[in-house]
Amino acid sequence: MKLALKLAYKNLIGAGLRTWLNVIVLSFSFVLIIAAKGILVGWDRQAKLDMTNWEIGGGQYWNINYDPYDAFTLEDAHAPVPSQLGADIEAGDMIPVLIAQGTIYPEGRMQSILLKGIDPDQTILELPTRKLDTLVGATPVIIGSNMARANKLEVGDYVTIRWRDANGTFDATDICITEIFSTNVPTVDLAQVWLPMDSLQSMLLLSGEATLLTFRDREKPRDEIANWKLMSYKALVQDIEEMIKTKSVGQSIFYTILLLLALLAIFDTQVLSIFRRQKEIGTYVALGYTRREVVGLFTIEGGMHAVLAAVVGALYGIPLLIWFARTGITLGVTSADYGFAIADTMYPVYSGTLVIGTTLVVLLTTTIVSYWPSRKIARMNPTEALRGRLQ
Amino acid sequence: MEDNLIIKTEKLTKRFPMGKSEFTALKGIDLSLGTGEFAGLIGPSGSGKTTLLNIVGSLDTPSEGKVIVLDRSIGNLTAKEAARLRKEKLGFIFQNYNLLAVHTVYENVEFPLLLLHIAGTERKRMVLDALEWVGLTDKIKQKPPQLSGGECQRVAIARAMVKKPSIVLADEPTANLDAANSHNILQTMVKLNKELKTTFLFATHDEKVISYLKRKIYLLDGKLDKDETVSN
Repeated sequence: MKLALKLAYKNLIGAGLRTWLNVIVLSFSFVLIIAAKGILVGWDRQAKLDMTNWEIGGGQYWNINYDPYDAFTLEDAHAPVPSQLGADIEAGDMIPVLIAQGTIYPEGRMQSILLKGIDPDQTILELPTRKLDTLVGATPVIIGSNMARANKLEVGDYVTIRWRDANGTFDATDICITEIFSTNVPTVDLAQVWLPMDSLQSMLLLSGEATLLTFRDREKPRDEIANWKLMSYKALVQDIEEMIKTKSVGQSIFYTILLLLALLAIFDTQVLSIFRRQKEIGTYVALGYTRREVVGLFTIEGGMHAVLAAVVGALYGIPLLIWFARTGITLGVTSADYGFAIADTMYPVYSGTLVIGTTLVVLLTTTIVSYWPSRKIARMNPTEALRGRLQ
Repeated sequence: MEDNLIIKTEKLTKRFPMGKSEFTALKGIDLSLGTGEFAGLIGPSGSGKTTLLNIVGSLDTPSEGKVIVLDRSIGNLTAKEAARLRKEKLGFIFQNYNLLAVHTVYENVEFPLLLLHIAGTERKRMVLDALEWVGLTDKIKQKPPQLSGGECQRVAIARAMVKKPSIVLADEPTANLDAANSHNILQTMVKLNKELKTTFLFATHDEKVISYLKRKIYLLDGKLDKDETVSN
């Protein structure tokens, strides 16, 4: 084996430019796969972190009627905050959120929105809820930058909102924008207005009621509560995981094509080698190799392209990927376009598993592609090979 | 097998498929060679000399008859056994040298010893000895494309001889060499034959080679035509 490795290395280096062309193409695949996968891992991590910080905390209790994908459920999706959660709320480890449908009238236009009531003193989410404690001439509210952009709203603007209370009666009031926050989480931003919890409860005539409760600690065991659905952190990030899995499949197709191009070059080189190096094959056999051993030698030689590609890829790839991880990549899309948490600039994350996994996949596929044409050697007549007479 | 006898063929026949029919390259050859012989298979192209050499070298198998080389029946050897026989006991010299182009002279000569797993210091000594036999100690770092034809063939001889094989099979070893180089090569082989008692079997129709042979085995149309031993 040691001899075969030494021979294979010598033969590869001896082949000169042909080897290096293959190696460079293959190294591109290496670096690109790691970079692309790194973006997905980075996105996944960043999206989950942003969702945790801005929306879901360590998990939530949902009112049994609440369905975030069906606005019509909101009318019934509220209930008094369960008394057994009072201690957590008191300690600041849980915050109730009340959600209702409403309409906003910016510059005379009409826009459906969600009204979300939250305690201004909460510290679980990054929402700048302290600004809800501002003394202004109308109900103070905070909104996200995408909501502000879509409705041409600015800090200090007064605007009218309308809603239906618990009795079904329409009512309206003016609100004042006291803060516009910037977030990568569209589900706390688009078409949403955050109000002080007390104000919204009073507007809806739902004193002491909530739609959901967000808690801080992900690890703490939680009890099931009647008429409330416990949504674990894992369940809440499942959508983003599914989304990234879908993206990953699409991306895999792209780099599989790139990898196939590199593998095709290696396959071609192997076929050409076997044709051009018949005398050498015959010589190995004459000197005491079995044909199977020669097949092994040529397979190692082909597979070694991947080893060299890993080395070459590391030479330019490591500094490139480190730079990439530090500066990130700006995709020119916003979370509003995607409907999912996505940062303006994404920072790739490269794990050991990703690098080792990619290396193994490329090494394995290269070896298989190298073995394929090398099998022909096993059927070669060495006496014909020695004379270079095979077709 | 009798003492001293290292190659023996009995009614050796070799047929090759040729379209729908067959071509018979060797027709019932009976031949015996002893240790230390310096013999040649002589005949025109197509007479079967290379085929016979390949079968003796376990690179091919007989269609009929028996071939015993160093007490092993060539027709019954597995691929692994045949490879082992070549690796341990046989040396080959080819018309086109068949050196490994990307390896240095030293590495080319070292190769058979690596296959035999000979330890580093011993291996180095054997390689340098072999290169000294052929007068190439000053070229050890060069690669075959940097050498002349004569030098390449001397490297090939060193490679064949380095493991001190029992038999060296040389197929038209001087075909690509000029007269001066041919004589030089042949003198080297005669010297090695004497010093190491290695059996040399040539396949040739080159008069220069023939003039050095101690035994001349003439083949014609796949049959043994004449077998002459040259007296000293």
